[in-house]
Order: sequence, then structure tokens, then C-alpha cells
Amino acid sequence: MSSTVLFTIIMLSLLGLLAAVILYVVAQKFKVVEDPRIDLVNEVLPGANCGGCGFTGCRAFSEVLVRSDSFEGLNCPVGGSETMGKAAVILDRQPVAVEPKIAVLRCNGTPEHSQRTSNYDGAMNCRVAHALYGGTTACHYGCLGCGDCVTSCKFDAMYMAPVTQLPVIIDDKCVACGACVKACPRNIIELRKRNRKDRKIYISCVNKDKGGPARKACSVACIGCGKCVKVCPYDAITMADNLAFIDSFKCKLCRKCVIECPTGAILEINFPVKEEKPAEHAVTEVN
Amino acid sequence: MFKTFPKGGIHPPENKITADKSVIVLPLPSTVTVPLNQHIGAPATPVVEKGSAVKTGQLIAQAKGFVSANIHSPVSGKVSKIEPVADSTGYKQMSIIIDAEGDEWVETTDRSATLVKEITMTREQIVERCRDCGLVGLGGATFPTHIKMTVPSGKKCDMLIINGVECEPYLTSDHRLMIEKGPEVLTGVTIIMKALGVTQAVIGIEANKPDAISTLAGLSKEFAGISVVALKVKYPQGGEKQLIKACTGREVPSGGLPLDVGVVVQNVGTAFAVYEAVQKNKPLIERVVTVTGKSVSRPGNFLVRIGTPVTKLIEAAGGMPDDTGKVVNGGPMMGKALAMTDVPVTKGTSGIILFPEPESRREEMMPCIRCGKCSSACAMGLEPWLLSVLSEKAMFEKAEADKITDCMECGACAYTCPAKRPLLDYIRLGKTTVIKMVRERITK
Repeated sequence: MSSTVLFTIIMLSLLGLLAAVILYVVAQKFKVVEDPRIDLVNEVLPGANCGGCGFTGCRAFSEVLVRSDSFEGLNCPVGGSETMGKAAVILDRQPVAVEPKIAVLRCNGTPEHSQRTSNYDGAMNCRVAHALYGGTTACHYGCLGCGDCVTSCKFDAMYMAPVTQLPVIIDDKCVACGACVKACPRNIIELRKRNRKDRKIYISCVNKDKGGPARKACSVACIGCGKCVKVCPYDAITMADNLAFIDSFKCKLCRKCVIECPTGAILEINFPVKEEKPAEHAVTEVN
Repeated sequence: MFKTFPKGGIHPPENKITADKSVIVLPLPSTVTVPLNQHIGAPATPVVEKGSAVKTGQLIAQAKGFVSANIHSPVSGKVSKIEPVADSTGYKQMSIIIDAEGDEWVETTDRSATLVKEITMTREQIVERCRDCGLVGLGGATFPTHIKMTVPSGKKCDMLIINGVECEPYLTSDHRLMIEKGPEVLTGVTIIMKALGVTQAVIGIEANKPDAISTLAGLSKEFAGISVVALKVKYPQGGEKQLIKACTGREVPSGGLPLDVGVVVQNVGTAFAVYEAVQKNKPLIERVVTVTGKSVSRPGNFLVRIGTPVTKLIEAAGGMPDDTGKVVNGGPMMGKALAMTDVPVTKGTSGIILFPEPESRREEMMPCIRCGKCSSACAMGLEPWLLSVLSEKAMFEKAEADKITDCMECGACAYTCPAKRPLLDYIRLGKTTVIKMVRERITK
């Protein structure tokens, strides 16, 4: 009886010892040395895994940050300068100032502006619709309204407006990760510089047709007349393929182009109401 | 019993309303819009300018590259514009717009109706002529015919199959052609046989066209090597691979071409166009289009010039009925709805179908219940429900492994789906993405 107990104890001890030796050898053989700073950087990143930085997730981005010599060209659009500053402290690098951005929708083809010429009956997916045909309006550059961008947004910063049939970007929530830009098969969404009080001036149209057909398809289309290019004092506006483009980094928000545009394709958003227009309004404010 | 392909297939209501309507020649339109890309491959380059006077049958755009086709003027008159015009997809593409004046043909074309049976041209001359005349496959895929007529070195071809199946419901243009132009079609088949160097040709016709079967079977006795096979009515029998399997029992391997099993398939419409091109030197400037629909007052088959606006065709069929909900270009299974009717007829337009409003709408989509009906219907042995989900979720590598590129987009899966899921919409998206992916991999 006692010999059985003794035998069992000896056997188990030997087995345990053997396993310990094997585990030790394996652990030494397959040891992975990881920079402990990766974990530290990963902790300060937002953890949204949105891919806005251009890498597969926050972990991948922290590995890139630790490996790289400088922060040039690297940015977390969600955390912005604050997060990048924290990462810079951990890694003892020079933080690179990056302008915060915001997504804007460059289409204003609401049913009011752009007449519907057909109904779309297929799968509610912009890429499917885009591959299939020109769209429900005569403009085959504009928004298809199936909401791929809204589905792609991980920050709840977009929704489809039922009246305009266009997606709406909520300024406060948008982090400019660029997921919607990639999702849109028609390249309507653009990342622009985020200005004070989220003020925006941009061409809300991507139609590259000549003036006549563009205007026929949509009343607020850019007809490529070039008036805005001439009036801009900062050379911020360029014209290519009958379509104007305002460089958001050159634009000083003077709003001269907005008044000049004959079709109203240039939108000004989040600006206070102009003083000269409603006179009574100005008076009440003074009082 | 009748022969058919073994895997999958469906049998939608045939609705061949216009089966007994003789082909009517449509009056010449006042203007034609000729798109430069009416075929698979690179768009043709215009060789005329704004203001040029052109004759019917004159070359107006030259093929650019190997996979491309010449385009000829369908009318005589003056080129009024060369500019981008919206085609049947709603996207704009370069087109030549010609104002018609009279109908003066190029002198080289023999316009008499006499049947010329004797083939004097050599193989090379036949291929050359088909290329010059801008022939493309008229079944709908519009693949340039001269390429299919040239057997590449290392491949062997021992049989020609002529596609007279017309398995799409409603369409009857090929059916009428077989009945009315039987001898011409068979001469065309003989010409293609000569170009390919084969001694054997099979014309596959579905059993719902007994008149076409008897006509061609009777006539084929005068032509060496041509036989007619009656096939069971089953969609998508007109698919190349299905037709080969049904007629010969040979199976084209996944990702392969019919030539891998020694077969070339051509449509009856193409055979007729080959006859006209080779024997009469007539370029491809007109085709038979079925205009039909349950509420259309005068449905029929019309011989129209390429570039004629679809509105003219609808007028000829008695105008658009008030209850029209959708106008489809092509067959009801594979055709595409038109975003507008002011688009031109192209080389690939086989039919215009006007669906009444209640029939035209898709039903409300429900969740997939994994019933497997789509897999049973798929003639390629694929799993449409899976491919559709993979495409929707952008898992294209997995879709490629599951052979999404074998899909021929026949739509049998979406037709049979009890949950009314838009299976084909997503599969098509996945297929194009996978093809692009594969191409990028090769060029890398």
C-alpha cells in the first residue's frame, strides 16, 4: 500500500520535473522580445481601431510609432495633437503639429435641386448602384443615397437625411478617420481643414460635365464658369475639368466666392448671419 | 427525352408573346447616336469628324487594339456631333451623332436578297472580313467575333456549336431569324465552320421553338456537317458552358474557355451577321430587336439600325403603356433596367421589355433562411447565398476561393430566392472586384 503511494509521488514528481524542463527550453527557444513602449503608446491611443491613421488598428499604429524615427507623416486623426503629444513624450520624440480635419459632403443634389429621373430598386449599396448605372438623377457624379458612408462610420457621425436623401456629417462627432471617403464609390466626401467654430466654405459639387449639362442635371451644380477663381484674393481656388476646387489650407474664409457663384454651388456653413442683410437683427443685438 | 445540362437551372414563365410576329423593318430614324463602345474591349477611335458626310455602311470608328471592333455608319447623312452621350447605363460615353439624309449605301455592299451559298473566301479572308465589318457576338455579350474565329496555336477545335437556345423569357429575335432566314443562317454556320477548320456543327434549339427546329433540321440536310439538337426548356441553357454540356456532354473546366474542350460557340444572330458580312460585304449596322411586354399594344420583332433611339422602337410597338413601371434592355433575367428611354440601340440590344408597374418592382427583402434554393438553381454549382454575403462583407479573398469568377450572372439564384434577397447584385460586385484583384496580382 505504502509502496504504491511512494511510487505515485515519485512518478508525478518526475513528470512534473520533465514538463518544467521542456517548458523552460521552449520558452527560451521561442522567446519574443517586445518593446515595452508599444504597450505604453497603445494605451494613450483612442482604441477605436478605425484605421484612420492608415494602419490596421491602434496596436499596429503604436508599433509603427515605436519603430519610426520621426513622427513626420504619422497622425492619429481621432486623438489629434493631444494624443500624438502624449505618444511623443513616451517615445521622447518631437511631436509634429497636424491640422485637425473634418469630412464634408461635396454634393447638394437634393430632390429639390436635382430632379429624379428613375427609381433605384436594387440592393441598398452604393457600390452596387454605382457599378450598375448612373443614378436616380441625370447627374452621374452625385450622391447615390444608399448610405455606404453612414454604414462605414464607426463614430456615429453620419446619418441619412430623409428629406434631402443625402448623408449628413455631424461636425462634433466627425474625427476625420476617412472611412467614409474610402467607402464612397463616387469620391464625393472630402477631408478638409477644420476651421474655428467648424466654419466651412467648399464647392458642394463634383460634377465634371460642361456648364449646360451640369446645370440641367442639378440647379446647384458647379458649371465651371471660373468666377470664383477670379474673385479669390488668396489663389485658393483652382479649376479642373469644369469643376472648381477650394484648397482648404489656402482659404481664409473671406466668403467672396460664395456671393460670386451664380448657381450657389459654394456653401458657407456655421457662419453668423451677415450684418448688412437683416438690419433689425443687428439693432436688437446692439440693444 | 430532350437533352439538357445536368446541374441547376430554372423554368420561368416563357411569355414568348412575339414568337409568331414576323420581323418588321423599322423606318429609318432622323438621327442616330452611335456609341463607340458597343463591344467588350477597348472603345473604337472615330475616323470621321464633325461635319463629315457619311454613307450607310461606311467605317466611322476604327477598332483600337486587339479586343475591339470597328463601327460603321448605320445611316447616310452628316456627322453632327462627336460628344459624350448617356448610354443605357446612364453614364456618358463618346458617341457619334449622325443626322440622316436618305439612305445611300457604300458601293461595296451587295444589297440584293439573293442567297449566295458558295463560299469563295479562304479562312484568313473570312476572319479579316468579320473584323472589318465590326462583327460582335449578338447574343448579348458582344465579344468581337473575329477573335473567337481564330483558334490560338496549341488549342484544338473540333466542333462548332450554334446557340439558338434563346432561353431568356420574352425574347424572340433569334427565333424569328431562324425561321425567316434559315438558309442564310446555315450558310453563315458553314462559313464559321470553314474559318475554324471544323467539319461538325451543332445547332442547339430549345423545344419551345418546334417551328425553328423543323425549319433548320429540314434545311440542314443540304449543308454538310450541320445537325440540329432539340433541347429541354431550361434557363440558363444559353450560357456557353451549359450549352456545351447539353449538346456534347463535355464540361468546360472552371476558369477555362470552350476551346479547352475543343468547342467554339456562336449565336444564330452572329451566324446571320457573318453570312451578310462575308457573302454580301455588309457591315454590322442593324439587328433584330424584340419589343414586348404584357400591356404593349403591338409587340413585335423589329429590324432596326444601330443607334436608333429606344423611344422610336417603343413607338413602333404602339407606344409606352400607361402602367409601365420598368423598361428593360435585354432579357428579363439578365437585362438591365433603363434609367431613361432616350438611349440608342446598340449591337448588344436583343430586346426591349416594358414591364407593368406591379410586376416591375422587387419584393421586400427578408433575411436568408439558408434553404439552399439558390444553390440548387445555380447551373455552375456555386453557393450564391455565400458568395453574396462574402461580397457584401468585402471578404473578396474568400469569395475568390469559392469560385465567384465562375458565376455567369444568369440571375437564377435571385429569381428563385424565397427571401427575395438581391443575391446577384452583390455577387456581381464581388465578381468585378475579384477580377480586378486578380488582374492587379498578375501585373505585379
